[in-house]
Amino acid sequence: MKNQTDRIIEIAPLTRVEGHGKVTVHLNEDNEVVEARLHIVEFRGFERFIQGRMLWEVPVIVQRLCGICPVSHHLAAAKAMDMVVGVDQLTPTAEKMRRLMHYGQIMQSNVLHFFHLSSPDLLFGFDAPAKKRDIFNIIREFPELARQGVLMRKYGQEIIQYTSGKKIHGNSAIPGGVNKNLSLAERDALLKDIDQMILWSEQALELARDYTLEHASLVDSFANFDSNHMSLVRTDGALDLYHGNLRAIDSHGNIIFDQVDYRDFDSIIQEEVKPWSYMKFPFIKSRGNVDGWYRVGPLARMNTASFIDTPLANQHHADFRRFSQHKPANMTLAYHWARMIEVLHCTEKIKELLLDPDLHGSDLRLTGQRREEGIAMLEAPRGSLLHHYKVDENDQVTYCNLIVSTTHNNTAMNRAVTDVAKKYLSGQRKITEPMLNHVEVAVRAYDPCLSCATHALGQMPLVIELFDAENRLIDSASQYATPEPTAP
Amino acid sequence: MSDKDHLTLNIDGQKITAKRGQTLMQACDAAGVYIPRLCDSEGLEPQGSCRVCSVKLNGRVVAACTQPVVANAHIESETEEINRYRKDLVSMLFHEGNHLCPICEASGRCELQAMAYRLGISQAAPHPYLEPVRPVDASHPDIALDNNRCILCGRCIRASRDVDGKHVFEYIGRGIHKRIGVNADCLAETDASIDDHAMSLEVCPVGCIIRKREGFFAPVGERLYDTEVIGRDIETQQPHHHSLHKIEVKQIDPADFPPFNKDDNGDTV
Ligand code: SF4
Ligand code: SF4
Ligand code: FES
Repeated sequence: MKNQTDRIIEIAPLTRVEGHGKVTVHLNEDNEVVEARLHIVEFRGFERFIQGRMLWEVPVIVQRLCGICPVSHHLAAAKAMDMVVGVDQLTPTAEKMRRLMHYGQIMQSNVLHFFHLSSPDLLFGFDAPAKKRDIFNIIREFPELARQGVLMRKYGQEIIQYTSGKKIHGNSAIPGGVNKNLSLAERDALLKDIDQMILWSEQALELARDYTLEHASLVDSFANFDSNHMSLVRTDGALDLYHGNLRAIDSHGNIIFDQVDYRDFDSIIQEEVKPWSYMKFPFIKSRGNVDGWYRVGPLARMNTASFIDTPLANQHHADFRRFSQHKPANMTLAYHWARMIEVLHCTEKIKELLLDPDLHGSDLRLTGQRREEGIAMLEAPRGSLLHHYKVDENDQVTYCNLIVSTTHNNTAMNRAVTDVAKKYLSGQRKITEPMLNHVEVAVRAYDPCLSCATHALGQMPLVIELFDAENRLIDSASQYATPEPTAP
Repeated sequence: MSDKDHLTLNIDGQKITAKRGQTLMQACDAAGVYIPRLCDSEGLEPQGSCRVCSVKLNGRVVAACTQPVVANAHIESETEEINRYRKDLVSMLFHEGNHLCPICEASGRCELQAMAYRLGISQAAPHPYLEPVRPVDASHPDIALDNNRCILCGRCIRASRDVDGKHVFEYIGRGIHKRIGVNADCLAETDASIDDHAMSLEVCPVGCIIRKREGFFAPVGERLYDTEVIGRDIETQQPHHHSLHKIEVKQIDPADFPPFNKDDNGDTV
């Protein structure tokens, strides 16, 4: 009976939540699109649920927040709790185990997104009917590509299992360190396939790149708008997905701020509330709420990072920068390319780590001077993720605030949706099929975890509602993404 | 073998020898026959309250942990009927408390969870959940009590009273309102100590008595019941030691670890 635990009865309020996305489109008297709004049902009950829980439970509990990137929440919470238990620098073994887990997670998450959600759009064109644009047709028409996608995802999941204890909802990141190192057998099992993974990553990357280059005019015109970009970068400006300081640039590539300690987040970012949405709209204070909105995620990271510290990914990063003429790329569709550069980077990092004997060390956990507050940030697959907690002297959580990447991207997604709606709907009083498809593609490009509690990616309905100038509902339509495939 | 000191018992068709004065459970344990249990714990007086150890003794249902051995005993334990009782009892414990195993630090070493697995309970019973909301008592510097997970087995009461010579725990309330209470306003005001037997991992079968800052030290796969079914120690006569997976925790020497974002001179970089 191995790994029998956790199959057991779950009664979590967290498991009952379903996420969905709704877009409302608002017309004026001339039936022109004034604005389109993406409504996201965010599960805010969590911040209350966690109050009163013990600090070491938090990294495990937060994984229930998101069915898509539980590892990111696990690690962000553990990082915040490192700060609470007075540890600012982990032991080499602990930090490298966590990094390995993180790279495995980003790899599998981006791969899932690319093969399952983006590749049908890229290979069939997103004017193709929704029925055609699904993974089952990819499996049928591009079986080798589909097979690689499944195996790459599986590889990422294996890393998560070896580093966190389980494929989903492991428990290895604990305040001040980790509870396990990597065994030699685990290392060998992973090393065996890593070169293959690097190769496939590069091939998939080239597919995304070629698509972008070949469809330059479409990419250019599709939800392409200037914005600021923000991410963590290393002290030398390199891409760093696990740890670093904040850098933000404007649409021309000028630095807005750089090397800001994320623990001072409050001093540079403010959150705006709008009456129609539960989700806040964060903006860069110094730029104000009109111009201060920004994007996070793979595209932002490609724009903010000065370089990438792994050779292959760095070459592709340079390529990407050349394509965008060394200006920030603002094309929503360039996300796919950016995402795959990151996958390549992750696979290279994974190899580097697997060859590092520190992973087998036995110094796992540290403890230091206790603090009352923990703030952590990391770069999750979809962008910067912030966890902020206060903990009392009894070790109980008294305060929790999370800013997930979908929240950071809130304004950007609304812009993208408005942009598409204007282009495909203005002058009509009916939701058209191309409009539905294009909104879906625009939203998908941000890969939002709608509600951040959505359990299965494929079951996320997208509802579009059309309102006239008097705010009367005049049409609605919905579209369901396809379920996640299993290995062919 | 039946003599002045010994008796022969028949349990599920197997003949075992018992010493007079033993309970059914003690006799079965010694013979390598496991009877499921929750409120009984080695070294503590049996209390007979959870009824998970129910067996049929000559046709009558008794609690094996308190029932002394008798002559001509014909015992039914691993029968469908008895296991159904046990399943119902264990399921109801899940419904009565608030058990979210995936986020519980007892997961993997919890006897309630392990019992659910042993009995093949894989999904919720069709009863409503009471979903109580009971505050955690985290007042003590080293120990916390999460009553949401308490199964009222009373093991802590007996351990504190009979082994530690203290009276940290007691039952309060009756019926459905029965709870484990502490002998003061909160745990910090009792004479509880982390070194008490009552606070050891052997005593609380679930994740109610929490040893602070030790949660999740054991990786998945290395926890007690990750690899073994509850009762296997008795069935194989190889006692395991219920030890907490200890990982060494180093106190930081700040000199070794300059705070992040600061260089060796303490300047922000
Ligand atoms: S005490 Fe046991 S049964 Fe209850 S939640 Fe924890 S592991 Fe599960
Ligand atoms: S606190 Fe633990 S040992 Fe005490 S009665 Fe509750 S479950 Fe049993
Ligand atoms: S173990 Fe016998 S009644 Fe609980």
